[in-house]
Amino acid sequence: MKSFPLIWSNLFRRRVRTFLTLFSIVAAFLLFGLLRSIAGAFEMGVNVAGVDRLMVSPKYSMVDGLPISHLAQIEAVEGVDTATHMTWFGGTYQNPINFFPKFPVQPRFYFDMYSEYIIDPLQLDEFERIRTAAVASAELAEEFGWQIGDRIPIEGDIWLRGDGSNLWEFELVGTYRVGDEDTDFPSFLFNYEYFDEARVPETQGIVSNFMVRVSDPDQAAEVSARIDAQFENSINPTRTATEEEANRQFAAQVGDIGLIMNSILSAVFFTILLLTANTMTQALRERIPELAVLKTLGFTDRRVAFLVLLESVLLCGIGGAIGIALSGIALQALGPELEGFLGQIEISAATTLSGVGIALLLGVIVGLNPALSARRLQVVEALRK
Amino acid sequence: MSIVELQQVSRHFTKGKQTVEVLDNIDLTIEEGDFLALMGPSGSGKTTLLNLIGGLDQPTAGSIEVAGQQLVGLSSRKLAQWRARNIGFIFQFYNLLPILSARRNVELPLLLTRLGGGQRKRNADVALTIVGLADRARHKPGELSGGQQQRVAIARAIVADPRILVCDEPTGDLDRETADEILDLLELLNRKHGKTIIMVTHDPKAASHARHTLYLDKGNLVREAA
Amino acid sequence: MWAQIFQISLLNLRNLPQRLGSSSVIVVGIGGVVAVLVAILAMAAGFSATLNRSGAPDRAIVLRGGSSSAELSSTIDNRQRQFVSTLDGVRLSSSELYTVADIPKRATLLPSNVVIRGVEQSAFEIRPEVRIIEGRNFTPGRSELIAGRAASEQFLGIDLGATVELRQSEWTVVGIFEAEGSAYESELWTDLAIAQSAFRRFSLISSMRLQLEQPAAVDSLQAEFDNNPSIDLSVTSEEEFFRGQSEFLTTLITGFGYGVALIMAVGAMFAALNTMYAAVSTRTVEIATLRALGFGATPVVFSVIAESVALALIGGLLGAAVAWFGFNGYTVSTLNQGSFSQVAFDFAVSPDILVTGIVWALALGMAGGLFPALQAARMPITRALRGD
Ligand SMILES: Nc1ncnc2c1ncn2[C@@H]1O[C@H](COP(=O)(O)OP(=O)(O)O)[C@@H](O)[C@H]1O
Ligand SMILES: [Mg+2]
Repeated sequence: MKSFPLIWSNLFRRRVRTFLTLFSIVAAFLLFGLLRSIAGAFEMGVNVAGVDRLMVSPKYSMVDGLPISHLAQIEAVEGVDTATHMTWFGGTYQNPINFFPKFPVQPRFYFDMYSEYIIDPLQLDEFERIRTAAVASAELAEEFGWQIGDRIPIEGDIWLRGDGSNLWEFELVGTYRVGDEDTDFPSFLFNYEYFDEARVPETQGIVSNFMVRVSDPDQAAEVSARIDAQFENSINPTRTATEEEANRQFAAQVGDIGLIMNSILSAVFFTILLLTANTMTQALRERIPELAVLKTLGFTDRRVAFLVLLESVLLCGIGGAIGIALSGIALQALGPELEGFLGQIEISAATTLSGVGIALLLGVIVGLNPALSARRLQVVEALRK
Repeated sequence: MSIVELQQVSRHFTKGKQTVEVLDNIDLTIEEGDFLALMGPSGSGKTTLLNLIGGLDQPTAGSIEVAGQQLVGLSSRKLAQWRARNIGFIFQFYNLLPILSARRNVELPLLLTRLGGGQRKRNADVALTIVGLADRARHKPGELSGGQQQRVAIARAIVADPRILVCDEPTGDLDRETADEILDLLELLNRKHGKTIIMVTHDPKAASHARHTLYLDKGNLVREAA
Repeated sequence: MWAQIFQISLLNLRNLPQRLGSSSVIVVGIGGVVAVLVAILAMAAGFSATLNRSGAPDRAIVLRGGSSSAELSSTIDNRQRQFVSTLDGVRLSSSELYTVADIPKRATLLPSNVVIRGVEQSAFEIRPEVRIIEGRNFTPGRSELIAGRAASEQFLGIDLGATVELRQSEWTVVGIFEAEGSAYESELWTDLAIAQSAFRRFSLISSMRLQLEQPAAVDSLQAEFDNNPSIDLSVTSEEEFFRGQSEFLTTLITGFGYGVALIMAVGAMFAALNTMYAAVSTRTVEIATLRALGFGATPVVFSVIAESVALALIGGLLGAAVAWFGFNGYTVSTLNQGSFSQVAFDFAVSPDILVTGIVWALALGMAGGLFPALQAARMPITRALRGD
C-alpha cells in the first residue's frame, strides 16, 4: 500500500466535506448495529438452542399445559436420552415493567439438560436441597442487585397458592452464566417440587413443556414423531420440535421484527449510498487535472482507478467501523434499560462482520463510477482544461 | 545517437465535421544530450508535438521512436509504464498535487518503482537538493512561490532518473529573474546530468539557454541555427 | 430587503437544476427520515387505537382477584358468577370463556395464538359495535363460530363456510363480524356452552363483561368484592383494561420510532450541511458579485436557508407521501403481551403524525442551511471575486 498516504491526503482535501460525509456514514452504521442487535435479541432464542434438544409442547396451544405423567412415558421412547420439564410461571417482581421469565424446574435435571449453563456445583446442591430455593442468571441478579441469601417475592398470576395467597417467596441460593456470553438470557429458576406442592391442588401436576435430549441428533425428526405418536390419542396430545424450531415459532408470533428492521435499514442505506456517491463525484470532479498529472507521471489507468476506488472504500470502511463500534458502546450503555423486555442485547460477531462487509461493499458501489471515469480520463484532454 | 526519431508524423483533430491539421508530415530527429527549444505562435501545435514525444498522445499517421521504443500503437498501459521510466514532465502551471508536501510530490513517480519507503524518501531528498529546495521538503505547494513550485516540479521530473525531460513553457508563469534561475537549473541538468531536454517556450531569452532552437509554423518545422 | 431576498432566492432556484445531484441528497435524506418516522408512529398509533377502540367507559370486565390482568389466566366459578350478575349498578352481564388456539398466520404459516371467545347472547347486547357483515350468527348448541374480520384476513383457513379444527373439535365458520376496528375483530366467537364442553372447562368461565348503569359504578363494585370474603374478583373499566394492555407496546414502538428517526436525522443533517456548503462554494463568485453590486448580507443568508428549507420540505412531503401510500391502512398482527394473543391492527397515518414529520423536515432543513448561510455571508468579497 505504497499509495496509502496519497489516498489518505486526498480524503482530507476538503476536510469539512469528508467529515460530514463520514458522520452520515457513522450514523447509518450506528443504526445498523443497533437495529440488527435488537432483531438479534428476538432471534436469540433460536441461536441459544442446542442441536440435540427437542421441545415437547401441548399440541393445540402453548397455554394449555401437559400432565407431568407424560415425563416417564417420554423417557421410555426409543432414542430419548434424558428428559425434564419446565413451567411458565408468569408472575410479577415488584412492577410489571420488571419482566423476566420465571420457571419452576427440576434443578439437577435442568442444569444437566442445559449443559451450557454454568453454575457452581455447591450452589446447585443448595438449589436442590432447599425447598424454596431459586437461582437467577448472573445478569439478572446484577440488574436487581440481588445477593445470595436474599428473599425474592414474586406475585403470582397464572399460578395461585393453595393457601389462598398469591405471594410466592424464594430464597436466592446461586447464580449461573451461559458459557457463550453472546447468548445470555435473563431467567429465574426455582424448585418445581415446592411449586407443585404449594399451588392450588386442582392445578397440581401440570407443566408447560418437556425438554428432551436425544441420543443421536441425526435421529431428532424420528424421535419427535415417536413422541407425538405416543400421545396422539390421549386427552393431552403433544407437538414436538427441535428447540430451535420451537423458539423460531414463538419469536414469529411477535411479527417479523427482522423484516421491519431490514426495511428501515434499506431506507437508511439507500440514502447513504446517494450521499456518499455525491461526495465522491464532487471529489472526482475537482481533481481531474491531478489525476491527469498522475497519468503523465506513468501511473497506469488501472492504478489511477484503484486510487479513486480505494478512497471511497476507505471512507465507507472507516465510517462503518466507527458506527458499529458506537453501536456497541450504545448497547452497553442502554443495555440495562432494554434488557427488561428484550433479554440481553449485544452486538454479535455476525452483525459486526456483516456491517463491515456492507460498509466495504458500499465503498465499492459508490466508488465504482468515479473510478471508471478516472480510468477513462484522457490525459491530453484533461490537461487542456 | 538519436533519442527521438519522428517520421512523417501527422496529428489531426476532428471537431464535428471540421478537421484541424495541427501537425502535417513532420520529420524530427533529436540527439541524446541535446537541449532543444521549440518556438512558434500560439496554437501552432507545440504542445501537441510535446505530447506525442512524451507518449501522452498518438499521431494520426507516422512513426515515433523515443528512447529506443516505437510509441505508435502501444497500449495505454505500456505507454504509462514507458513514461514512468523514460520521461519527466514539466508544465507551465507546475501541476503539483496541492494536498501533498513537496517531498511527497517528488516521491510520486517512485511509487511506481520497487523502491522501499526509506529509499524513496532519500531519492526524493536528493532530487530536492539538486533543485535547491532541500529545506522545503515539508511544505505544501500553496506555501511555496511560483519559482519554488516549479523547482519541486523539476525535482519530481528527475527523481526517477528519466533520460528525457519534456517542458511545456516552464517559465511562462514566472518573472524574469526566477525564470533565469529555472533555466539555469535546466541547463545544469542538461550539461551535468546528461538529460535530453525538449522545451517549448515563447521567450527568445529562454531559448538562448538551449543548444538548438526549432520553429513550428503552420504545421511545419523550420530549423534555425542556435 | 424582502425584494432582495426574493431576487436572490429566485436566482438560486434558477441554477438549482445544475446542482440536481447534490440537491437530491437533501430531498432523499430528509425524505427517508420522515418516511421512517411517520411509518413507525403510524404503527404505534394504529396499535393503540385498535385496543383503545375496544373499550367503553361504561363497560367493565371482571376477572379473578389478585394481580391477574389477563383473561387467559383468569377463572371464575358459577357461584361468583351468580353473585356478580345480581349486583346493583350492573345493567347487563355476559359470562365469557377465553382461550387461545394455534392457527397459522396466512403470511408466515407459523402457528399463532388466536383468541376463541365463548359468549352468551348478552355479549352482543353489551357490545353493540359487533355486527355480522357476512353470513349469520352462530346457533347456540352447535359447533359454529363467527370470525372477526381481521382474524379471517390474518389466519389460515378462517374463511366463511370453511371447517376448521380447533383443539380436537371441528367448527364451521358461519359468519364474519366487524367491531369498529377494535381488538375483538381479531377473535373467533362461539357459543359459551359449546366452548365449555369442547375445551373441557365444564362450568368455569374466564371473565365477565358488564354493562354498567354509569362508569363510576366500577369503584362501588370493587368495594363490594373486597368486603365479601367469599369473593375473589377484581373489576376494571373496559376502557382502562385495554389502555393498560396497549400502553407498554405503544410506548415501546413510539420510543423506538423517535430513536431511529433521531439517529437518521443526525445523518441527514450532515448530508444537508454537506450539500449546502457545496452549493455555497460553487456560487462563491456569484454571491460575491451580488454583494459587490450592493446586495446585503442578510438576503444572502436568507436565500441559502430558504433553499435548504425548500429542499427539506420537498423531502418531507415525499417521505410523508411514501409513508401514507405505502403504509396507511396496512394491516399487521402481533402478539399483544397484555393478553398473550394475536391482535391485528392497521397502521394509522393521522394528520398529527404527518405534521410531526413535516416539522422534523423543516427543522432539519433549517439546521442544514444555517452554517453554510453564515459562511456565505461572512465571505470577504474581494477574495471571493477571485474565486479562491
Ligand atoms: N484535443 C484537441 N482537440 C481539438 N483540438 C485540439 C486538441 N488539442 C489541440 N487542439 C488544437 O490544435 C491546435 C494546436 O494546439 P497546441 O498544440 O496546444 O498549440 P500550442 O501549444 O502551440 O499553443 C490548436 O488550434 C488547438 O485548438
Ligand atoms: Mg501550448
